[in-house]
Amino acid sequence: MKKKSIMEIITSNRFLQILLSILLGFLVGALFLVIMGVSVGDAYGKLISSVSSVKGFSYVVVYATAYIMTGLSVAFSFKTGVFNIGAEGQFIMGSMGAAVVGILLKDLPKPVLIPLCFLAAMLAGALWGSLVGLLKTRWGINEVLAMIMSNWIAFYLSNFIAGIPAIHHEGNAEATRTISENARTLFGADFRSKLNLAPTANWGIFVALAVMIVVWYIIEKTTLGYELKAVGANRNAAEYGGIGVNKSILTALAISGALAGLGGALQVMGMGGRISIFTGQEGFGFAGIVVALIGCSNPFGVLAAGLFYGALIYGGSKLTLVGAPTQLTSVIIGTVVFFIAISVIFERFGGGLRSRKNIAGRKEAEAKIASEKAGPDGNKEGPHGSENGKEDETT
Amino acid sequence: MAKEHVDMNTPVIEMRNIVKKFGDFTANDGINLTVHKGEIHAILGENGAGKSTLMNQLYGLFKPTSGDILVNGEKIEMNNPRDAIAAGIGMVHQHFMLIQPFTVTENIVLGTEPMKGVTVDMETARKNVKELSERYGLAIDPDAKIEDISVGMQQRVEILKALYRGADILILDEPTSSLTPQEILELIDIMHSLTKDGKSIILITHKLKEIKESADFCTIIRLGKYIDTVDVDSVTESDLASMMVGRQVTFKVDKPEKEPGDVVLDVKDLHALDYRGVEILKGLSLNVRRGQIVGIAGIDGNGQTELVEILTGLKKGTSGEATVNGVNIFNKTPHFGFEHGVSSIPADRQKHGLILSFSVEDNLILQNYKREPYANHHRLNRPAIFSHATESIEKYDIRPQGCEKRPAGTLSGGNQQKVIIAREVFNDKDLLIAVNPTRGLDVGAIEYVHKYLVEQRNKGKAILLVSFELDEIMSLSDVIDVIFDGKIVSRIPGKDADENELGLLMAGGKKA
Repeated sequence: MKKKSIMEIITSNRFLQILLSILLGFLVGALFLVIMGVSVGDAYGKLISSVSSVKGFSYVVVYATAYIMTGLSVAFSFKTGVFNIGAEGQFIMGSMGAAVVGILLKDLPKPVLIPLCFLAAMLAGALWGSLVGLLKTRWGINEVLAMIMSNWIAFYLSNFIAGIPAIHHEGNAEATRTISENARTLFGADFRSKLNLAPTANWGIFVALAVMIVVWYIIEKTTLGYELKAVGANRNAAEYGGIGVNKSILTALAISGALAGLGGALQVMGMGGRISIFTGQEGFGFAGIVVALIGCSNPFGVLAAGLFYGALIYGGSKLTLVGAPTQLTSVIIGTVVFFIAISVIFERFGGGLRSRKNIAGRKEAEAKIASEKAGPDGNKEGPHGSENGKEDETT
Repeated sequence: MAKEHVDMNTPVIEMRNIVKKFGDFTANDGINLTVHKGEIHAILGENGAGKSTLMNQLYGLFKPTSGDILVNGEKIEMNNPRDAIAAGIGMVHQHFMLIQPFTVTENIVLGTEPMKGVTVDMETARKNVKELSERYGLAIDPDAKIEDISVGMQQRVEILKALYRGADILILDEPTSSLTPQEILELIDIMHSLTKDGKSIILITHKLKEIKESADFCTIIRLGKYIDTVDVDSVTESDLASMMVGRQVTFKVDKPEKEPGDVVLDVKDLHALDYRGVEILKGLSLNVRRGQIVGIAGIDGNGQTELVEILTGLKKGTSGEATVNGVNIFNKTPHFGFEHGVSSIPADRQKHGLILSFSVEDNLILQNYKREPYANHHRLNRPAIFSHATESIEKYDIRPQGCEKRPAGTLSGGNQQKVIIAREVFNDKDLLIAVNPTRGLDVGAIEYVHKYLVEQRNKGKAILLVSFELDEIMSLSDVIDVIFDGKIVSRIPGKDADENELGLLMAGGKKA
């Protein structure tokens, strides 16, 4: 009886599911390490130590900024019933928009140029998002396909723009010129060295935090958020209630695109200062999907998930120092996503068994599923038995 | 009702003192049920009384907390529906479980296909299905695809599916909730032909009339408790109703005489195509006046759905005119109609009426979320939304109390409908379009909905009532418009209406 109640808590608590999925991700990662004969302690120790110093953490924050932005973009689209798999392209368009402004208007003063770059990036991202929205609402073209294709168009368009003489780097580098110093968002050099921060530490994270609060506010507190969520949750009822469904989808995609675009601006203005000719997609948009998923599409969750993702990426790059492969973090992330996805499926399946009149029955069905699900998990949790025990006592 | 088919000496199902608890909640509290061979046994109870829970135990979906289940005199333990099927129990769920692009035969044999080597022997399957359907008078085309046949036909497929698996005891869960009156009569015939052949049927329902028309015995459950088992012939509908609800229920709607006022809704020569592009409205005209309930009586598929969709702005017509208080609302948006006096209780409350994942308070402002006091300058005013919800919950007795922040999907059907009624009545529009407003509701909730509709009429609202429940149309309407083949073919005063005459008109017959 007691065991069932724990499972019930887990199935009803999304937060616990996510934590459990992350734990499982690390366990599966450990399994691979054991198979490869690398010490689990060494590898995970390195992962933790590399991100827990002030400098390491500042790197994590720098990495996370872009992930948080694309995560917010995807989370926003999830809330409104569209799946923005096009954040990748919007991100590229945004960073190129910011770079072009930062290169061509290089003599403008900082307080003018930086907002201008942001604006250009958001417009470019919004344009990219709403183009797909237009295809969907006008001609009913599936947004997922249109977005995947628009990602590639953005990719080649970015490479094309980077090759234009006014934009292209003057030397041999296969990249754009470096943007104006007045368009950079880096912390001052003194400040950085005093606090011993990463050389690329920049203001971007504060922009991301502000945007996070704005997104939360829009979703939870405004009539626009109500509209968008209504369309996302039940298009028919929203239409019946007098909400313009097509307008709503367009708005959602434009905002979502603007968020990803702004993420691109923060990346180029904070980190690189220029955009290389791509040889492959950089994956910020796709990382955003993962971040939104881990963050439960909640803006604050996205912040935490973005930092987590950033920490894995940065920490992962240090793993070679202890002889563990960098790809370990991909295994961990993949496993985490896998388990989160499974828990969503189990929830859906539980919903299918539910008789609408019988909520209590649904609970039982869920508990049944949960105990089935818990079976194999329980075994794997062997090494972390103590932590499990603690959970038992508190529940 | 003849009981010659019932073999009172052969109980096929005995459920003894069944208790089922979910945590602290007792869904079934000592329920007894005995079903004999050849019997139609109705189980009557309000929504949430525990009928489905009881049947889910009989079908192996839940295990009872305590109590015994005997099938053909033998105590058995069922762990899953497979065990139930093996014991000869079949269940037809309220929501059909059929594969739409498959044929009737394919659906019926699914999982127990006759094989020829490694391939399915479709010829034999087809023959078996045909034989079975002829044996019980369930005429059906074995090669038709599910997506092409009516709901009534789909139900036959579900029944055949159960019979094909050798079921001797059939559980029918709310079988008539989506059927037209004609289909209901056909279903009752089918049930009788099954019992004639020695099958037993358990009928879960809250429709008293159908129990009277078809069942031999009836077991009443209220709030999870066993109330009584009665011989249906020896009780009246109102006896059954009061046993179910636990108090006296009035079926009569108190409706004072009222002289109708000005025309509110005026529809002229409306034409429209259905989703296949076939003309479904063929010059429909009608009007509704202030303080008047106009009932639309008709068999499903004669254009009622399209009429309502056009009036609520969800569908565009090809030609015609529709005005509310003189303002043209034809081929405008739902919002435009709403702004000019149209409110509605939609036919499908879960598809159009509510956003199930939204809280009750958010559902209550669906059309008004942009308006003062719920919003100012694009910002939602949460305290105002909450107190509006608290008032509505109080006034309309929406249960459970304090459900302002609960997702609407967690409420029972009756309470979901109350949320919609609270919203639409609050909107205070001149025209209220109510489509099957009591579908799937129990007697208590029906009484409640009817009371509100009449109250709105007395306040001088114009009400257009579209319902497949002829009783509802007859007891509420001041005027009945009969719809047939996309036109109003006849208009008769509500108090003169006669069920047989209406039935004839609905089927396209001429007025006597």
